[in-house]
Amino acid sequence: MGMTITEKILAGHSGRDKVVPGENVWVNVDILMTHDVTGPGTISIFRKEFGEDARIWDRDKVVVIPDHYIYTADQHAQRNVVFLRDFVKQQQIDNFYDVGTPDYKGVCHVALPEEGYTRPGEVLFGTDSHTCTAGAFGEFATGIGNTDAAFILGTGKLWVKVPQTMRFVFDGEMPDYLMAKDLILRIIGDIGVDGASYAAMEFAGDAVHSLNIEERMTLCNMVIEAGGKNGIISPDEETLKYVKARTNKPFDPVQNDSDARFAFEKKYDAAKMVPLVAKPHSPENVDTAENLSDVKVDRVYIGSCTGGKLTDFKAAARILNGRKAAVDTFIVPATTDVAKGLRDTKIDGKSLHQIFEEAGCRIGNASCGACLGGPDDTFGRLNGEEVCLSTTNRNFPGRMGSKKSQVYLASPLTAAATAVNGTITDPRKYIA
Amino acid sequence: MSQNKITGRAYVVGDNIDTDQIIPAKHLVYNTHSPEERKLYGKFAMSGVPEEKSGLPKGGIKFIREGEYQSEFDIIVGGKNFGCGSSREHAPLALQVAGVKAVVAQTYARIFYRNSVDGGFVMPLESVDNIYESFSTGDQVEIDLASNQIKNVSTGKSFELRPLGDAADIINAGGLFAYARKIGMISQKAGANV
Ligand code: SF4
Repeated sequence: MGMTITEKILAGHSGRDKVVPGENVWVNVDILMTHDVTGPGTISIFRKEFGEDARIWDRDKVVVIPDHYIYTADQHAQRNVVFLRDFVKQQQIDNFYDVGTPDYKGVCHVALPEEGYTRPGEVLFGTDSHTCTAGAFGEFATGIGNTDAAFILGTGKLWVKVPQTMRFVFDGEMPDYLMAKDLILRIIGDIGVDGASYAAMEFAGDAVHSLNIEERMTLCNMVIEAGGKNGIISPDEETLKYVKARTNKPFDPVQNDSDARFAFEKKYDAAKMVPLVAKPHSPENVDTAENLSDVKVDRVYIGSCTGGKLTDFKAAARILNGRKAAVDTFIVPATTDVAKGLRDTKIDGKSLHQIFEEAGCRIGNASCGACLGGPDDTFGRLNGEEVCLSTTNRNFPGRMGSKKSQVYLASPLTAAATAVNGTITDPRKYIA
Repeated sequence: MSQNKITGRAYVVGDNIDTDQIIPAKHLVYNTHSPEERKLYGKFAMSGVPEEKSGLPKGGIKFIREGEYQSEFDIIVGGKNFGCGSSREHAPLALQVAGVKAVVAQTYARIFYRNSVDGGFVMPLESVDNIYESFSTGDQVEIDLASNQIKNVSTGKSFELRPLGDAADIINAGGLFAYARKIGMISQKAGANV
């Protein structure tokens, strides 16, 4: 019996020829990522357990990316970054993207690939649940807590229960009004927020491989919203091209064995799918954008590791170009590279930045922003009873701030159409 | 942590209690290793649960009373997918600081489960059926780990729990570090386990 990509990676990293789902194995870690919210706790546990002067297992394999609470006056939040600085200095970690310096990047899950840390066949852990985003590169990537991360800092290893793989195949051609966000919302709507608990979710099929890397990241980003442990997309030419442009490190791409066993398989025809929206307060509350056309919104938010990449803003700009936003619209680039892309990328001779400004949008700095609420002064935070349509990944009660607010999740195309109309709008209205 | 009986009063919530409800993101800024600030995680534990779902079946029951840092409840009874959402270890930590001894739910989101076990914060127990509707907030509860039973003392009804399985070794050791020391994977010296 053959193995899936996920099984093969875990076998390879635990020194075994073979692993089977359900087995616990100790794996060797290629990259550990941490950020400003979970980093300080991780470091405190590391120091307590291994000693104040202990050295981390490998300074080249630890990446520290402050991104969550950056543009805030909150003293506690700023203290977290100071804490990271101190540790990075003590441990001589070069892979640090400090706030207020030219190195600053923004949202870790988008920064990691941009900086070449996501490589096919590898094992990546991060102290953030959306670490699963990197499955788009054909690697095993998942989120962990501070204790597990502290353990890795000291040992370079962690135990993993080998997940079974659920496979989602999208065939057919992607219509140009459809985005990866619509595909993943369809799946979560179908299987529910715990439909893939403990499982690897593999995305396959022509439609998936026709997506660019950023769109594939969006698919893998939200596997955690279905309870998934990791997302995975088999690496192809597109993957190799992206990765090789950003790192010189050698890596070993892994493919499914031809007789690999999947615990579940579901096929979709992308050509027949329509733009979707997840209603408050759960990503599984999925309906079509069309059915929700009488829902008025107070705000549109385009940002985060899910919906704040350059591809997302290019999509939004297709609709906002030459139009005005009817409601408060917040644009938050995930990283400084994306922010630069907003200035450098042009449609009809106008930069995306200019298009958004002319549409009356408010453009923020690269960071997690209001995706997880954050301190009260966070840009775009929902502080009252707002109804917001957002390109982020979670609409749990209070996720973007106030418990009284309501968040609808959708693609950047649907977000832009909604911004123009003031009510939830199927982007086909503006795309010929 | 090896003990066979856990008793206390239940705080009942429903399905899909996510980590933003267990500890809202704006509170993640307190230092978990400063005794004074750590207490704040207790104070705000479960503060993101919507009013109507706070303390089922009635709702509107505060998990932590105004001005308190610890809960009057010892055992949380939930339904499906408890602890979904972010990887924040502050979630099981907040429950521990609030004085919670165990959580009983039908299923857990995996990161929360892992964090609870590896960090040695709270014991995540799985019920065979979804049982939260058979408990009312404030009911006296008795958990017997030897026979894998949870009893609602107030109603006299018992329900089956799943055995701890693989996690038992780590839970019984008191967390991942204690376990790794026990099996000789890391050295004994640094860090006395608290
Ligand atoms: S953008 Fe949102 S989901 Fe992504 S890492 Fe930041 S807070 Fe988490």
